[in-house]
Amino acid sequence: MDKQHFLHRLYSFSMKAGMYIFLLLISTNSFAQTEQVDMADAMRSNGKIYIVVAVCLTILIGLFIYVYSLDRKISRIEKEQ
Amino acid sequence: MKKNWWKILSFLLLVYTVLAGFLGKVPRLPILNETIRNMYFHVCMWFGMMVLFIISAIYSIKYLRNFNHKFDIYASSYASLGCLFGVLGYITGTEWVSVTWVTDQDQSFASVLKEPKLIGAAIALLIYGAYFVLRGSFTDMDKRSRVSAVYNIFAFAMLFPSIWIIPRLVGSLHPGAPGSDSGNPALDKNDMDMGMRAIFYPAVIGWTLLGVWIATIKIRIQLIKDKSIING
Repeated sequence: MDKQHFLHRLYSFSMKAGMYIFLLLISTNSFAQTEQVDMADAMRSNGKIYIVVAVCLTILIGLFIYVYSLDRKISRIEKEQ
Repeated sequence: MKKNWWKILSFLLLVYTVLAGFLGKVPRLPILNETIRNMYFHVCMWFGMMVLFIISAIYSIKYLRNFNHKFDIYASSYASLGCLFGVLGYITGTEWVSVTWVTDQDQSFASVLKEPKLIGAAIALLIYGAYFVLRGSFTDMDKRSRVSAVYNIFAFAMLFPSIWIIPRLVGSLHPGAPGSDSGNPALDKNDMDMGMRAIFYPAVIGWTLLGVWIATIKIRIQLIKDKSIING
């Protein structure tokens, strides 16, 4: 009976300890996450991001020139009629 | 040129969006990382879609009031541009999902497919898809205009439960659902600071104006095609 009691105490203690370690791991993990969120800092520091901006701007300006030329073409047709 | 100031405004706002959107400061958030910049592109598509569908519904109501064929052309052109924006929003959304929902939160692809926001948006877009099927199936022009105008109002009404209400009632990974903290999709003050808002709202206006511009080009082409019908 006494042995069984001891085993039960041991079991509950180890469960509690395990729980503490688990919580500790979780909390350090989430702590690390809030401390250091990965951003594109390296890309920004060596200036490569400007190439991405340049590419996007080129596409955007190209699209706008196309839409503008369509607009003018239709204006010409409207005038003809 | 005086009438075209908003086209120039759209261009300037979108150039500003790309410049400030990539180079500006954004809050450092876990999981999202740099992808929070998608706010300036993905979310703007849905805002633009909503505005274009509202304009479309207004012209459908106008058509039903005086049966002017011009308004039917307006309504269908704005609806098609709204659909384009919606499809672009959907595609960009799946791209964003692939790095934020699937990998980092241990979500499988199957669980992402169950997302109420995705299903709702798909339903809304399919209802608008049926609008064009309906339009194409009529040979009589007046009938086509009348039936599709009524259907367009129904499709507009269906937007509200499918993309605004139901995704907010059930659990979802998408910002704005009860599971997440924010009450409004991604417009929470914790996610978006003032610096981001200063880029986000101009971006919304810029994209929407671009959509309206392309829609007006579509309208003008159709007006030239149907000139004999409108004047005769």
